[in-house]
This record gives sequence, structure tokens and C-alpha cells, in this order.
Amino acid sequence: MYGLCAAAGLLTVLVLGEVIYQVAKGASPSISEFGLSFVFHTRWAPNFNMFGALAAIYGTIVSSFIAIAISAPLGIAIGLYMSLMAPPRVRTVVGPLVEMLAAIPSVIVGFWGVVVLAPFIAHHVEPFLHNVFGFIPLFGPPQTTGLSIFTAGVGLTVMVLPIVAALSRDLFLTVPQDLKDGAAALGATRWEIIRGVVLPTTVSGVAAATVLGLGRALGEAIAVTQMMGDGSGIHVNLFLPGNSLSSRIASEFPSPESKLHIPSLFYLALILLVIGLATSLLARMIASRFDVEKRLAR
Amino acid sequence: MTTRSEAMPGGASLPDPTAPLSPTGNLRRRVAISRLVDAAAMGAALIAVALLVGVAFTVLKRGISAISVDFLTSNQAEGGIANALLGTIEIVAIGALLAMPTGILTGIYLTEFAGPRSRSARALKLVLDLLQGLPTIIVGVVVFGLLVVPMQRETGFAGAVAYAIVMLPMIARASQEVLLLVPGSLREAADALGVDRWRSVLTVILPAAMGGIVTGAILAIARAAGETAPLLICNSIYNPTTVGLDPFQGVPSIPMYIFTTYDLPTETALTRAWGAALVLLTIILIANVGARVVLARSRAKMGI
Amino acid sequence: MMDRDVGVGRSVINDPVPGRVRIESDAVPQPPVQEASQARPPAVAREAVFDIHDMAVFYGESQALGWTSLRIYRHVVTAVIGPSGCGKSTFIRSLNRMNDAIPGFRLEGQVLYHGHDVYAAATNRVEVRRRIGMVFQKPNPFPKSIFDNVAWAPRNLGMRVDLNERVERALQHAALWDEVKDRLHESALGLSGGQQQRLCIARALAIEPDVLLLDEPASALDPIATASIEELMHTLKHRYTIVIVTHNMQQAARVADHTAFFSLDTTGSERIGTLVEYADTETIFRRPRDTRTRDYVTGQFG
Repeated sequence: MYGLCAAAGLLTVLVLGEVIYQVAKGASPSISEFGLSFVFHTRWAPNFNMFGALAAIYGTIVSSFIAIAISAPLGIAIGLYMSLMAPPRVRTVVGPLVEMLAAIPSVIVGFWGVVVLAPFIAHHVEPFLHNVFGFIPLFGPPQTTGLSIFTAGVGLTVMVLPIVAALSRDLFLTVPQDLKDGAAALGATRWEIIRGVVLPTTVSGVAAATVLGLGRALGEAIAVTQMMGDGSGIHVNLFLPGNSLSSRIASEFPSPESKLHIPSLFYLALILLVIGLATSLLARMIASRFDVEKRLAR
Repeated sequence: MTTRSEAMPGGASLPDPTAPLSPTGNLRRRVAISRLVDAAAMGAALIAVALLVGVAFTVLKRGISAISVDFLTSNQAEGGIANALLGTIEIVAIGALLAMPTGILTGIYLTEFAGPRSRSARALKLVLDLLQGLPTIIVGVVVFGLLVVPMQRETGFAGAVAYAIVMLPMIARASQEVLLLVPGSLREAADALGVDRWRSVLTVILPAAMGGIVTGAILAIARAAGETAPLLICNSIYNPTTVGLDPFQGVPSIPMYIFTTYDLPTETALTRAWGAALVLLTIILIANVGARVVLARSRAKMGI
Repeated sequence: MMDRDVGVGRSVINDPVPGRVRIESDAVPQPPVQEASQARPPAVAREAVFDIHDMAVFYGESQALGWTSLRIYRHVVTAVIGPSGCGKSTFIRSLNRMNDAIPGFRLEGQVLYHGHDVYAAATNRVEVRRRIGMVFQKPNPFPKSIFDNVAWAPRNLGMRVDLNERVERALQHAALWDEVKDRLHESALGLSGGQQQRLCIARALAIEPDVLLLDEPASALDPIATASIEELMHTLKHRYTIVIVTHNMQQAARVADHTAFFSLDTTGSERIGTLVEYADTETIFRRPRDTRTRDYVTGQFG
């Protein structure tokens, strides 16, 4: 039995190793052709053998950042609500509902994003933002389909929000009752208790949860493919279509156009893999520092 | 405003302790702020619920007209999703068959055999965390290199392997969590009776944890079943006319059906895509709710 | 205040003598001792801070505390003693609404604080706790610096002027200043148990409450730390009104002016905590009137 279990563990490690190996191997023709400059070039024209990842990296980072900028405060607020404010009966209903948001398949989120979210953003949100904040180049003139980096970012919150909310709720529930009692006994309002005791003691965990949510956004392929449109190049205007690392891979992999196309897509995957591993490691580091600090303080 | 009140409390700076206990001045503002925060947090929760309801309602509204017995029982060439449904079930089943033993055994290794601080346990937890955070498109690309290229065609089996890689870390973590919940007294009792570790795990601990492990597996499987990206890369070419379920050919699947059909220009195609989405969403949500109910019950049984 | 029937055939003896206070060698001379049988407290007697009428506490369907009536007086130390589980904690936590968060909590009867109903709808919980502070059994300092622990509540309340002096004064009143004055910005978690508890007391004193409730403040501490906490009681009571729950009878005998003895009423189907006898400390310990009190203080049980 022990041998069997250890073998399973070993197999798990081998799977990760195989993942890294395959991506690197698939990318190697492109790596040897373009080297590191691949990362810094913008033009992506498979027919002309021109491949540059920068536009895709830009789309990935910006859309994920928009998703996190919306999901982090909302998710923390929801976590506070579910752990400290909601009456018990409401808690048992809202909790599972928020978690089920995470269970919606990404193809359905993308589908909904194209058909419902994008028109709404194109007709209501983007014009409004352009009118009010148009002096900032980020909020340039919108275009009609609504498929843009901005829309993809907003759509990604459907997938990121439940992650941050559920993790935050779990964190807030770990704050010891005697700390909260001590604060309450000093004549503090609920918000003051949250601000003075609950949030400070969980800040590292919440940061780690946010990073995990960010990782989810960075890696999402299908929904982003559907919602981001198919733009090229880097534009400051958020309301224009773009592409991301995963959306490029998803849309072009089935129909490669030249010999170096697939290896270049693998190269994009390698960049995405590095980003994905880095965010997982970052989340772990933040979370473990939290534990260590707690232990030192006792 | 405060002064060095050496004397009795209730000096110049402080409210009279005999005054009524209702909020005054500064407290009114603080209470108002706290109530505002309460409202904002509840608003955020409402937004999340509204998103869920919004998406579910959209899928329901646009897809319900496509649902019919025909739709569910005929093949794609005839406008139905029967083969896609069966294909999804087949791919998910093979993937689960690959992932469950590995995941459960890994979970057992982590809780029962490796010390929590041992090097192997820490390395394994790191690996599991990294696997869990992998974008599924990368998993697809990996299996492409691993299986599709050597076999020179896209197969349902490749899709299943990709699903297995996605499910593996979730199943391992769920197993580990459930096994940790098994009370130490059970283990001690088995040890005290002089039973071998492996025997006690197999006959005492596993059965106690089985409910939780199974539901964890169901949740992982439901999560994987909705993934389109790996199939897009490894299993996107299939024959829509046959119910052909040979795993070593391209196998139809619901996520791929949705993804390809919604691009088609006709109105009926769009409705069918929504119909398929409705079927997929319903299955996944039911699986989620069901798994949670079973999990809650098995936890109650273990006295948690 | 004479013997009272509590409706189950038990009598509660309830007659602390407000004017009768522990004599300390350097204390202010006290008014003359009054006869215990006098119904009306003398003119120089202290006012009642809490006036409790038929208070009963329920958690869901089960009753934890039976109908309790007593008065707690200003600037005295009132001890609440009794065997474990007799409702002492429930009683004291009900005085500043710290039981509100416990699911199923319900209070019947009336708790009047300076004549105001603590549980009235118009009463604000936060204001109650601002005037009636509490120190808990296990020290629970915030994971902040020593200074920030003490300054936290004053900052919330808007007491920003002379904050440093306020913190220093609170720490002095808690007899902790000398030990921490050079390390105010170090983490409070680095203090010893006794110091942490005194920090919690300083924290409570910093907002200058009217009443200080202490729920077994020394039970988690070693004897030396305990002694320092007990010494504090003698000085603090001149400024505040103190109610202290303790399972240590000797401690009650040492620090308290008035003592309330609670016990478990096991005659009915439930175990309900009940107030058995309430008088000045000397009476409780030397001349208890109820047999249960006598049994408890002479160590026959509990």
C-alpha cells in the first residue's frame, strides 16, 4: 500500500515535469529561431513568419488586471458579508450561490459575455466612460461590437470573483473570537472591528487569495477568446479588441499557417506557463509568510 | 478636547455616564459609517448572486426552445447533441478513471504515510499547488505534444488525458482534506490493535472518508467536464454524423459543440448552441449541488 | 432589601451594605457601618450603578440563568463567585451586552444602568460598551504594538488630542507603565501573560469607562501576576466601579467589598444558575446566612 501511494505521488510529480518538458520542447524551434526577442516584438503575422508576443502579453496582463481591480474589492466585501455580517440563514444560501458562480463553464461565460455583456458595455458603459474620462487615453472611442480588452476584463470577473470571495470568507472566519470580543468590548462599531482587527490579521491571506484569482484570470483561454475580439498590436484604448496569450493559442492552434506557427504558439504557452507558475509561487510565498509571522508573534 | 482628568470619570471631556444610552455626536457618525459598510457588503453579495442568476437566466431563456427529445437523442448532423453528450460522458469517464486512483492514492500518501513536514510531503504539496494553477490551455498543448503528435491525430483519449491532468490536483487535495478530518482516535485505535498501517488505512480510514472523497471527486469531475480549451487543442476534429465513440479517434463533446456552433451564422444554430449550453450548465450545477449536499451529510455523520 | 422569594420556594438573601467598604490602611476614612437590617441605605451610601430586576438568560430553549435581582454600587469592587457553570460569566457578560452575538441568546427582566434600560430598543450597544468595559479571562491583546493596543479605542472615539498622555496614564493606572515605557512600539504579543492582561486592562481604561467588568482576569496567570492584578483592584475602584468574576474564593475575600454567590439550582429538570446570596464580603465569608453559601465558602463543595 505504501508503495502504491508513493508511486502515485511520484506520478504526480512526473506529470508536472512532463508539462514543463512538453511546452519547452514544443517551443524549441521557435526559441532557436527568434530567441528572447520574441518576447519583445509586437507583430504577429504567421504568413510572413513574423512572430512577436508582446501584444498578447499586453492583452493578458491588462484584461487580468481589470478583472482583479473589480474582483478584489468586491470579493473582499462579499467575504466580509458572508463571514461577519449575514444572518445564519442568509449565509447558508448565499455561500453556495457564490461558489456555484465558479462552477460555470468558461465557454458559457464567454458565450454570455459575447451575447449579453458585450452589447451592454458597448452601448452603455463604454460611451459613458468615454464621455466622462475620455481625456485619459485608456478610455478612447468605443467600437460597436463591444468585444474588447475591457469587456474581456469585466467578463473575467465572473470567474475570479467567487475565488476571492470564498477564500476571503474562509480567512475572515479564522480570526479568533476572543480578538473580536476584545475589540467589541472597547466600544467599537462593527466596521471598526473589521478595520482594526479582522483585516489587519488576514491581510497576507487576502493578498494571496487575490494573487490566486489573478492566476485564474491570466490563464483563461476560451472565455477571453470569445470576449476579446481579435485585434492585433498594442493599443492604449481599452475599448478596442485585442488578444491574449491564451486566446491566441486557442484561436490559432487548430489551423496553423506556417511551419513556425505551432512552435511559436508553444512559445506563447511557455511564457504563459512561466507566468502561471510564478503567480502560484507568489501566492504560496505570501501565504506562508503570513503563517510564519503568526508563529513568531506567539 | 481631552484634558488630564485625574478626578472622577465624567470629567469635562467625557459624556456623563448617567446620560441615556442612545448614540450622540461622534457615535452617530461612527454607527452610520458602519451601517454604510454593511450595506455595501450586502450590495456586493447581491451583485454576485445577480451575476449567477443573470448568466443562468440568459442560458435558460435562449436555450430552452432548443430542448426537445429529438435534440437530446439525435446526432449532430441531424441537429441534436446525442453524440456530443455521449462523447463528453466517455471522455470524462476515461479521464476520471485515470485521475481518481492517482489522486486518491496521492492524497493518502500525503496524510497517512508522509510526515507533514517531511521533504516529500512539502515537495508534493508544492507540485499539487502548481498543477492546480495551470491554465487548462497549457494542459491541452502539453497533451498535444505528448499524444497527438506521436499518434498523428486528435483523439478523445488525448482529451481524456488532458482532463485527467486537470482533475488530478483537485482530487488529491480533496482526498487529503477529507482524510485529515478523520479523527485521530480512529487511527490510534487501529494502531493499538497492532494492525499494519496499510491495512488500517484500507479497512478503517478509507471507508470513513469515502463519502467526502467521492464528493470531492465529483466536484473535480464536474469542473473538468466544462473545460473546452484542452479539447480545442487535442480533440477538435470529429465526425458529426456518427455516434462513433472510439476513443482513439476524434470524439464529439458538448463544450466543443457549443464553441463551434455559436459561430455558425444561422438562427437555429445559435439556439442549438444555447440549448447545449443549457444542458451542460444544468448537469454541472446539479452535480455541484448534489455533491455539496452529500458532503454536508457525510460530515455530519463523522460528527464534524 | 430583605429576603426575597424567587418563586421556586428558595430565598435569596440580598443585602449588601452600601456604606460598608473594605478598609485599607491608607484609604479615605469610611462612613460608619450600618446595621444589616436597615431597609433604606443611609444618605452617605453610594448610588447604584446597576439595578437588576428579575433578570433571566436563555440560550434557545434552555435557561442558563434564573431570575436574578440585585444592585451593584458605585466605586466598590463586587465579586461574583460560585462553582463552575453556575452562570457567573453569563451574568457579567449580560451587563454590557457581550452575549448578544451568541446565537439563541435571550434576556428577560430588566437591567438598568444609571436608570437606563441596557436592553431597550433605543439603546446603542456600542455606547453601552464604551461605558461598561470588559477584560476577559484569557489575555487577548491585538497583534499590534503596545502603544497601538492602548491607543486603538481612543482613536476610534476621536480622542486624538493628548493621545500620548492618555496612553501613558492608562498604562500607569494598570501598573504597567514602568515595564513597557521604553518599548511602546514593540509588539504586544511579546509580553508575558501577566503583562498582557494588564495591557488589556490599560486598553479598557484608556477610554475612561464608568464600569469595568473582569471575567476571571487572573485565572490564566501565575500567582505573582495574579497578585499584581489584585492590587490594581484596590486603586482602580476609587475611579471606576468594578465587577469581578472569580472562581477563587480567597481572591474574592481579598479584593471585594461586596460578594454575590451564585450556584446551580438542580431541583428542576434543568440546571439553572441562581443568585443565592449577596452581601458585603465579610458577611458572606464569616457569617453566611444560606447553607449553600456556607457549604461553598467552607469548601464543602465546588
